[in-house]
Amino acid sequence: MSILLVAEHNNAALNPVTLNVVAAAQAIGGDITVLVAGEGCGAAADAAAALPGVSKVLCADAAVYGKQLAENVAPLIAEAAAGHSHVLSAHSTNGKNTMPRVAALLDVNMVSDIISVESEDTFKRPFYAGNAIATVKSSDAVKVVTVRHTAFDPVPATGGSAAVEALGSAHDAGVSSFVNEEIVKLDRPELTAARVVVSGGRGMGSGDNFKILEGVADKLNAAMGASRAAVDAGFVPNDMQVGQTGKIVAPELYIAVGISGAIQHLAGMKDSKVIVAINKDEDAPIFQVADYGLVADLFQAVPELEAKI
Amino acid sequence: MKVLVAIKRVIDYNVKVRVKADNSDVDLTNVKMAVNPFCEIAIEEAVRLKESGQATEVVAVAVGPTQCQEQLRTALALGADRAILVETDGFPQPLSVAKLLKGVYDQEQPGLVIFGKQSIDADNNQTGQMFAALAGLGQGTFASKVEIAGDTVNVTREVDGGLQTVALKAPAVVTTDLRLNEPRYASLPNIMKAKKKPLDTLTPEALGVEVKATIETLRVEPPAERQGGIKVDSVEALVDKLKNEAKVI
Repeated sequence: MSILLVAEHNNAALNPVTLNVVAAAQAIGGDITVLVAGEGCGAAADAAAALPGVSKVLCADAAVYGKQLAENVAPLIAEAAAGHSHVLSAHSTNGKNTMPRVAALLDVNMVSDIISVESEDTFKRPFYAGNAIATVKSSDAVKVVTVRHTAFDPVPATGGSAAVEALGSAHDAGVSSFVNEEIVKLDRPELTAARVVVSGGRGMGSGDNFKILEGVADKLNAAMGASRAAVDAGFVPNDMQVGQTGKIVAPELYIAVGISGAIQHLAGMKDSKVIVAINKDEDAPIFQVADYGLVADLFQAVPELEAKI
Repeated sequence: MKVLVAIKRVIDYNVKVRVKADNSDVDLTNVKMAVNPFCEIAIEEAVRLKESGQATEVVAVAVGPTQCQEQLRTALALGADRAILVETDGFPQPLSVAKLLKGVYDQEQPGLVIFGKQSIDADNNQTGQMFAALAGLGQGTFASKVEIAGDTVNVTREVDGGLQTVALKAPAVVTTDLRLNEPRYASLPNIMKAKKKPLDTLTPEALGVEVKATIETLRVEPPAERQGGIKVDSVEALVDKLKNEAKVI
């Protein structure tokens, strides 16, 4: 087996999910080449070279890759895939955006959001909002796979020393360009990597009320998340949404506050190690998955929780 | 410009799906089917573009068995002008669907192709992007806003940490996210009118596409059951459990 692993990074550093994808690659077996495509991405490439089990790093550093435009990055990955049996990435926003284009360019289907490796051609993945798990076998010549990072324990960040090779190939499809972005920079851990997540739902009542959760989140060094209902109601921005079509998280501790527990939300958090639910409705479905449920008014319980942690 | 909307027939999102006893698949017997929610958002966006004068015609297309006509009639009732069914045995895999849609795209020559970002059955989030690559088009995935300015399609996308806007040369591909719009309901008069709107059927052979399945489903099982939890009766009890029993804080 020979795996081309597309790194998730921000040019300056690797995104932690890359360490989980390396674990998935190791489960498949064979040699691992990491591709780092970006602009000014030398530091990310160096970090990739330090990953255990990586035999080579390909660094494609060009302005056309600076914003990870799928139309430019996909042909690069497809080209670099020559000679490899597998192409892997995280099932991240970038992975979802780009990898299907790679698969189409290679004239193959792909397997998205795998949660386990059964063999080099067989994987498990959730579907129907995580209500069913499929074991699928691919007969494609190259297996293009995205990995649900929460399903694989990360490898350590160091232990390897691969060579970094520059890739001169600069693909400019010329059909898309970056206009602008509004990215919220928080002093909190990132939602998909945090050890603890505190999430609010429709029961929070307003965006202002989400401040009640901040004290608990601060004390636990937690990321903050939300249900779709809270996002749709305009309480919080969309990047906080946890669920089937939002972010998938599996922290050590997930505290769901004022969240009823619709199937689509559970799909995003039910692999958390410990789930706590605080809701004044004792019949809320969230209590069926919660390890510890507290039927209480969140406006009393949450400040009390902050004080007693 | 003409807008092509690709829609999929899937289980209704309220249905709690069950795995068959023989673990071969999920049980879809007598299950209520509907237009995929993200595809409904796609139809709505196309119809709004027509209502604002930016689109001249909305064509809905579905790939699948003859029953997909139900969902195409829904699209017509919501405002699409014409519908196309690419009729296949069952539902082909994403690469084949993308190739079939490329065939329809070549025939229809739209300025914009809108997909739902993922279907709630397979949850793949692949087809729109695969189609865009086959057609050599730019893509704006997970769209929360679409703005047409002459030959450019500006798409604001939901990405990690916030929003990103890209400018795409038309013709372009958009895949919809939840917050792009809130779909309308079909009125009864429009449902009746939809019965008379054109619905054409094509075959893979007519489009020159060989439908191939390269992914075999070996087994389907329910997810690991979470152990039932307990209710605690106070915040103090909760903190105690988290510190001393679960040891997570």
